[in-house]
Amino acid sequence: MTSHDLRAKNLTLGYSDTDIVTDLDVQIPDGRITVIVGANACGKSTLLRGLARLLSPRGGEVILDGKSVQDMRSIDVAKVLGLLPQSPVAPDGISVGDLVGRGRYPHQGWFRRWSDEDDRAVAAALAATGTTDLEDRSIAELSGGQRQRVWVAMALAQDTDLLLLDEPTTFLDINHQVELLDLLTDLNRESGKTIVIVLHDLNLACRYADHIIAMKKGAILAEGTPTAVINAAVVTEVFGLACEVVPDPVSGTPMIVPRGRHHAAPTVVETLA
Amino acid sequence: MTETLSVPLVRSGRMQRRRHSTVVTAVLAIITFCLFVLTMMVGSYFVSPVAVMGSLLGLRDDATADFIVKDLRLPTATAALAVGVAMGISGIVFQKLLGNPLASPDFVGVSSGASLFAVSAIVLFNASSAMISGSALVGALLTALIIYLLAWRDGITGYRFILIGIAVSEFMLSIVGYVISRAELYEAREAMTWLTGSVGQSGSGELRTLLVALVILVPVALVLERPLRTLELGDDTAKALGSRVEVNRVALIALSIVLIGFSVAVAGPIMFVALIAGPIAGRLTGPQGGVLAAGLVGAIIVLGADLVAAQVLPTSLPTGVVTGIIGAPYLIWLLATVNREGRGG
Repeated sequence: MTSHDLRAKNLTLGYSDTDIVTDLDVQIPDGRITVIVGANACGKSTLLRGLARLLSPRGGEVILDGKSVQDMRSIDVAKVLGLLPQSPVAPDGISVGDLVGRGRYPHQGWFRRWSDEDDRAVAAALAATGTTDLEDRSIAELSGGQRQRVWVAMALAQDTDLLLLDEPTTFLDINHQVELLDLLTDLNRESGKTIVIVLHDLNLACRYADHIIAMKKGAILAEGTPTAVINAAVVTEVFGLACEVVPDPVSGTPMIVPRGRHHAAPTVVETLA
Repeated sequence: MTETLSVPLVRSGRMQRRRHSTVVTAVLAIITFCLFVLTMMVGSYFVSPVAVMGSLLGLRDDATADFIVKDLRLPTATAALAVGVAMGISGIVFQKLLGNPLASPDFVGVSSGASLFAVSAIVLFNASSAMISGSALVGALLTALIIYLLAWRDGITGYRFILIGIAVSEFMLSIVGYVISRAELYEAREAMTWLTGSVGQSGSGELRTLLVALVILVPVALVLERPLRTLELGDDTAKALGSRVEVNRVALIALSIVLIGFSVAVAGPIMFVALIAGPIAGRLTGPQGGVLAAGLVGAIIVLGADLVAAQVLPTSLPTGVVTGIIGAPYLIWLLATVNREGRGG
């Protein structure tokens, strides 16, 4: 892996007539797993899409290795930076092998079509995601967990040093969520790939992130290692949720225990006992 | 979770699927060619396949056969072939771009727009063939533009495009009805036949325009098939792969509209060909096969429908009647299954 520098400077992003992210500065730590968290509509997915130049900035810029991504050719950006969007579309009846192969697009030209290198990249992506056995299966026959692994494989076949994932665990059962995040950690540890994930689940975010970014209303509220950044005050500020933060019994990272209205008085429980 | 690499498996899987799609496409090409020749053999006077080929290639000196084959039947056969290819390609490009099997230009009103302009040219202006082609193309372009603008909301989604397309289609057809009601009886009759769609009475000028367009646009379509494969994964994925989404989409839509516009100018809006050619081709070749196979399936449908309409049925009918009879049940089946699986959005 070559080292890369992805950052945003005074970045403003939005859709039609609303700005979602305003005047934001951020730098993605190289070779690390960064997780972006925040309440719904805080702009976390928008920021991710902006970083992957899926959205053009309203103001400011996204800078990749010293160059503004808006000035780079899309195909050159796509060789360095990959993104798995929230809801990719699988063409009817496509096989796993062919879908993963489509990740090779930025490496193929009008005339240089399919090479040994492409086959190797696809094989490596299938192997890394444990989907080699599914190669000839149609996407439609797969379970949700398998399907998501195949999409990750497609993003891996793109062979980029940076990989951005927009809520990759959303439609997965808890076991598949953990499995997928483990897989992304493997990729990061084994190949030094820089990974940026938007996640809903704060506890999983704290467990898997080297660097966590907490967002609120289009701005970064706190960032750093989960242990340094996540505490009850920050969670209350970001999610408007009263909670306790205790060490995760498995990983020792911060674990959020929400209070809610009905379970907020431990004294009552004691009286009953 | 890391497994050992299996490059040979990946390669053989890919090659096998590609070989399958190549073989199927070749078979489709052969069937197309056979139907093309068959169209020139049958009729009130039978010409043997050898005589057809001989006269086409100028190998034999047989004035009767030459007259029947070249002057009477070749224009119809060529029109059926060209219109089928154009409609098939046009349809599959729309369907893949919008990720929905219902999104074909004949279903969303592009053909209706082309019809309106062409019928107006025939009835109101007594137009020349070049003008009919031109107005059909303008009609297709304008209609597509109207649908695109109305359906645009930070991007295009399949369902909104299709629903607005259907509404626009009805709007265009109601104006077609008005134009026809203003026409003389003879012209109205002619316009009605034309509206059903028929390859048998195409003007040579319109046909020449379509052929020129095909010679240029079929290679363009094959080149654009690569970006089309990224676009069918959704805009975000396509952009992430480095595909220039807006440029590619405009180019593909333009390609599709020009093909449908010119083919409507030749044969009228032969219904359902653009709608069914792509899905049938996809079923046969697998999802990696595509534009060329869809064009060939389109040609087979139109050639076959024309043979049935002109030869098999007791009275000679417009081609569109036969495609309608095949296409309508398919459409019903499609609507039923798309809804059941909850996809297509």
